[in-house]
Amino acid sequence: MATKQLVQIKVNGRNREAMVEPRLLLVHFIRNIPGLTGTHIGCDTSHCGACTVVLDGKTVKSCTMFAVQADGCELMTVEGLATNGALHPLQEGFKQEHGLQCGFCTPGMLMSSYVLLQKNPSPSEEEIRWGISGNLCRCTGYQNIVKSVQYAAAKMGQGEKHDLPDIA
Amino acid sequence: MIPAAFEYLRPKTIPEAIGFLQQYGDDAKILSGGQSLIPMMKFRLARPTYLIDINRIAGLSYIREEGGYLKIGGLTREADLDSSALIHAKYPILADTARVIADPQVRNMATLAGNLAHGDPANDHPATMLALRAEVVASGPKGERILPVDGFFVTLFTTQLEHDEIVTEVRIPVPPPRSGGAYFKLERKVGDFATAAVAAQLTIDGDKVCRSAGIGLTNAGATPVKAAKAEDFLRGKTLDEANIAQAGQLAAEEAQPSSDLRGPEEYKRGLVKELTRRALTRAYERAGK
Repeated sequence: MATKQLVQIKVNGRNREAMVEPRLLLVHFIRNIPGLTGTHIGCDTSHCGACTVVLDGKTVKSCTMFAVQADGCELMTVEGLATNGALHPLQEGFKQEHGLQCGFCTPGMLMSSYVLLQKNPSPSEEEIRWGISGNLCRCTGYQNIVKSVQYAAAKMGQGEKHDLPDIA
Repeated sequence: MIPAAFEYLRPKTIPEAIGFLQQYGDDAKILSGGQSLIPMMKFRLARPTYLIDINRIAGLSYIREEGGYLKIGGLTREADLDSSALIHAKYPILADTARVIADPQVRNMATLAGNLAHGDPANDHPATMLALRAEVVASGPKGERILPVDGFFVTLFTTQLEHDEIVTEVRIPVPPPRSGGAYFKLERKVGDFATAAVAAQLTIDGDKVCRSAGIGLTNAGATPVKAAKAEDFLRGKTLDEANIAQAGQLAAEEAQPSSDLRGPEEYKRGLVKELTRRALTRAYERAGK
């Protein structure tokens, strides 16, 4: 057995640490140490994107990374999207626009969309499709996922306007 | 799928990493982006005893022009290339290439240096680097070696790198004025390897005459293919439709594709011919700007 390593990762704002074998994949760390099972293992071969998480602000496939690589990093999973029980506009969008059927790809879709909207708050349809091009969905044909992201972009855009000082 | 057990090493400097490579020899592998290596380890096609993670070595991620070269650091990611204003403005062939590699999540991790060091003829950068006459900087115990990309790929998954060397930089000679390049790839879906892809780089004299051409082919043989006959044919020729089409024909003849699930050999040769025509046409447009 290989030498275990101490891994400390801030997951959704909370420090998590464990002594792990270097071969432990990040996705298994996430699912087994803090028990956050929202991050799914789909293809396990770096194709489907169901295991997508946000690591230091960038999307990565947690099935294609070792937990030891994320030591000292900040990680966000789908469980980090909602605040105080209130759904994130993206989660609301997926609900309103029927952006999921079986739901297996949804956590990964949400995380890719989350980073997309952070970088580009009002993406075109093509930019949305490009942004989620690393995430496979076998149910929806992507149509409603695109609508869900558009819903969230519109809602988040309104929120920003709402925050402008009232000069009337 | 769980990889075989390994010892994990995280050097802070290049000499430290090279020291580990010297110490552990063929039992050690460098972990850069890991987007090819980790899947291979999960399938147990690769079983390194020691994994040397170079991702925390400082100062290896950069894109800059210096001393007549575009220099790209050993840890520069595909996403960095795709978001670089310099790359988009002056090296659109590199932007073309980076943005069709795998998918967004993979591009956030995958590195240009790893794409070359892996020695997979299905990878996209080798063809582009052949077209651009790039050089690989290999750092080892005796210092740096500069290896031209033409000759770097020895055979499938084998390069000129020694077991104790690391690719610390890729450098591309800054093209002369009136140069342009493009990369055209046909893939079945995002994330797939190329059915075929062609990189073309041109420098023109006056308005129409080809001064030099670089043409590289992806997934068209056991190693990345430099379409030397097509390059030689174009030199000094007028870049009209007939000559560009003839270069495509020559490139197709130089390709050595294999029949597989992505298509039969004949189809792939046809693709090389057409993609060469398109890449040269786009390269010519960009050179003329």
